[in-house]
Amino acid sequence: MKTQLNRREFIRVSAGVGGGLVLGVMIPAFDAYGELVEQKENEFVPNVWLRIARDGTVTILVARSEMGQGVRTALPMIVAEELDADWSKVRIEQAVASADYGSMGTGGSTSVRTSWDRLRKAGASARMMLLQAAAGVWGVKETECRTEAGAVIHKPTGRSLPYGDLVDAASKLKAPENPPLKDPKDFRIIGRKTPRTDTPEKVDGSAVFGIDVKVPGLLHAAVARCPVFGGKVVRYDDMKAKGIDGVKRVAQIDSGVAVIANSTWSAFQGRDALAVTFDEGSAASLSSETIATMLGEYATKKAAVAEKAGDVTSAMASAATKVSASFDAPFLAHATMEPMNTTAWVQKDRCEIWAPTQDPQGYRREAARLCALPEEKVIVHTTYLGGGFGRRWETDVLVEAVQCSKAAGVPVRVTWTREDDMRHDFYRPVSHHLLSGGLSAEGKLVAFTHRIVAPSITGQSSPERIKDGLDKGAVEGTVNLPYDIPNMQIEYVMANTPVPIGSWRSVYPSQNVFALECFIDELAGAAGKDPFEFRRALMLNRPRMLRVLELAAEKSGWGKPLPAGRYRGIAFSPPSFFRTPVAQVAEISIDNRSVRVHRVVCAIDCGIVINPDGLAVQMEGGVVYGLSAALKGEITLKRGRVEQGNFDDYPILTLEETPVVETYSVQSNEAPTGTGEPGLPAIAPAVANAVFQATGKRIRRLPIRLG
Amino acid sequence: MAILTLSINGTRRTVDVSPDTPLLWVLRDALGLTGTKFGCGQGLCGSCTVLINDKPVRSCVTTVGSIAGADILTIEGLSPTRSHPVQKAWIAEEVPQCGYCQPGQIMAAVALLKEKPHPSDAEIDDAMNGILCRCGTYRRIKKAVRRVAEEGGVR
Ligand code: FES
Ligand code: FES
Repeated sequence: MKTQLNRREFIRVSAGVGGGLVLGVMIPAFDAYGELVEQKENEFVPNVWLRIARDGTVTILVARSEMGQGVRTALPMIVAEELDADWSKVRIEQAVASADYGSMGTGGSTSVRTSWDRLRKAGASARMMLLQAAAGVWGVKETECRTEAGAVIHKPTGRSLPYGDLVDAASKLKAPENPPLKDPKDFRIIGRKTPRTDTPEKVDGSAVFGIDVKVPGLLHAAVARCPVFGGKVVRYDDMKAKGIDGVKRVAQIDSGVAVIANSTWSAFQGRDALAVTFDEGSAASLSSETIATMLGEYATKKAAVAEKAGDVTSAMASAATKVSASFDAPFLAHATMEPMNTTAWVQKDRCEIWAPTQDPQGYRREAARLCALPEEKVIVHTTYLGGGFGRRWETDVLVEAVQCSKAAGVPVRVTWTREDDMRHDFYRPVSHHLLSGGLSAEGKLVAFTHRIVAPSITGQSSPERIKDGLDKGAVEGTVNLPYDIPNMQIEYVMANTPVPIGSWRSVYPSQNVFALECFIDELAGAAGKDPFEFRRALMLNRPRMLRVLELAAEKSGWGKPLPAGRYRGIAFSPPSFFRTPVAQVAEISIDNRSVRVHRVVCAIDCGIVINPDGLAVQMEGGVVYGLSAALKGEITLKRGRVEQGNFDDYPILTLEETPVVETYSVQSNEAPTGTGEPGLPAIAPAVANAVFQATGKRIRRLPIRLG
Repeated sequence: MAILTLSINGTRRTVDVSPDTPLLWVLRDALGLTGTKFGCGQGLCGSCTVLINDKPVRSCVTTVGSIAGADILTIEGLSPTRSHPVQKAWIAEEVPQCGYCQPGQIMAAVALLKEKPHPSDAEIDDAMNGILCRCGTYRRIKKAVRRVAEEGGVR
């Protein structure tokens, strides 16, 4: 039997008593395995982040969602470091949604950055309490004690007490307000290559993803949705669907018509047997061509100024050389490997959710609203996520699951097919970019403008949050540039469409940096300069940026000869909202008019590195995800419908096409910044710039296609 | 519906399903063997790969009625202690990210290494290329497969 503490109950009882023993009364709950979970007593629980059992086991709670980025390793490493825990005695538990953890939202590459202080303090304060407890037991001064790997040591006598033996004594103490934190040079867990805690479960099939959750009496649902965004159900005929073996009931819900069955397969078949008439609404005439035309028209409209310096108009007018170019990037689907799903069990006075979600607190809020229950009556369990990439911020599938469970009166999991996922995503926005630059006679960049024309994620979901037509998110990656340009202006024109859009790994920098960094290369060409040297000259006053750029050049052998048929391209991804600069050099060849990427060198400054191999994995993942987009990804529309449906017409990078990815990080003692997304924005322009070296042809549109 | 007897991971299991049900859903929903994953349902991603008589098969496009009497091996049947050589190599190379595609990757690697204890790079590419990974673990997969070959294969 697995045991688990009910967080909410624990908090209510222990708040104010400074980490007393747990006396919580718990609401029975099922875990992701369908087993009843029960409360464990007699542990030292200094705060919501950890607890220590008498046998010395340290349980660390992870409040962020594990979607492959390694939070279930990196975050516990931070707690364990300051706790001075014995890492081999640490076990990981996923926190259920609760306000007690601060934000649990997993996105924006924030997990480590925003947890850093809090988790260090949580570990350090527990360590102080254990140290005080031991000093009390021995009747010695605290200053005579130190800790090491799961034990307190009395320095003068060498006596030691393992943490497990101090559970009772420490539980009687008050948590210190400002515990001393370690000097980074004393770190013995942080910065050490540490095996991921989730790997064992992921090699034997036992890791529980949302789609694997088992709950007694579970039924399965599939939903028929209007193929056109915004369309509505007019009527439906479910005669045939109800004749399918295993189909239990058919119910209309907000997003369409749900077929609820005793197996996923029966639900899929039942859904396919439905005859649904939709009112397709006004988006039915939408196509990729009409959207491109619209973006072109909007490009000439009045733009909101996001950032400016100097006098760009006169600087441009007096420049010796002027260059301008336009760039385009398409809508993209997330295509997480695990199709969208959520399991809900709505009862009269409570609701329980199991979901592969990036936003458990948002799921809780939304489920409470839908069930008209207070949030305390909603339990949200975050399972493993089979990829997230921003898609799992959205609550669409949660709403479906809650409504299906309400209709059926039993636990229901809604599972999407790959086609559902491809056609009802919140896509990476399409965008159109106009850039111009002015060079002095010496080839110095003196004037620069970048106008972004794109739908606004915020503007489409919460228009009231847009002031004066400016979506600050939509210009990320091209404002606060790492380059010193005396006269510059960054502009945005909001061009919303009926196509749902959302966060897609690295969000707007995924396209803004493509346009920016391809254009910087064009300017370097126009100035007759080497692309690395041209960037370098613009960064001389920015040491942190410069170090990253130079590291990439050095490790890639920039400027050194390559084997015949190989070409290099360089690009720089500004710190942006994830606060992490990355430079990449891609080495490519052109085989049969298609681009082959052989090697990618990544240089990064993300502050203190928690788990070096975890960082390398994030760069590998960002590069591969970015290469799928650079070389293949495109969602198109026709008659209001997404044309792609599965991996045959929305292909992603394969093993054979994957380059060697090398990661080098700048040595740093600064607090850590994000790494989940920064590996992505520079890869498309680095490859595009290498393609120019190979072909003499500038790439101005994604995905890269050689005519 | 029909009563079918299947041999899964060395055990005989009886299910009452329609013979045209894909094996994937019989494993997952009827037998609770959720290690085998649904990724595309069309034979395009390989997440659902299992071994049938030692050959890698896409269970999402294999009807359960077509494989009566065959030996089915799923990720759950590799080793009760995660000590199958391919699992050990996967752990050593820290292959999984989100992990969702990994049961399919591992089963495809097991099939490859059973047939070719020392696969060339081209043979690895060929055998593994159809198993998609959205997280980009490919290079580590390749390393892990090579490691198994170097460390003595899969018997
Ligand atoms: S789920 Fe079977 S090949 Fe994708
Ligand atoms: S590890 Fe996530 S899809 Fe392969």
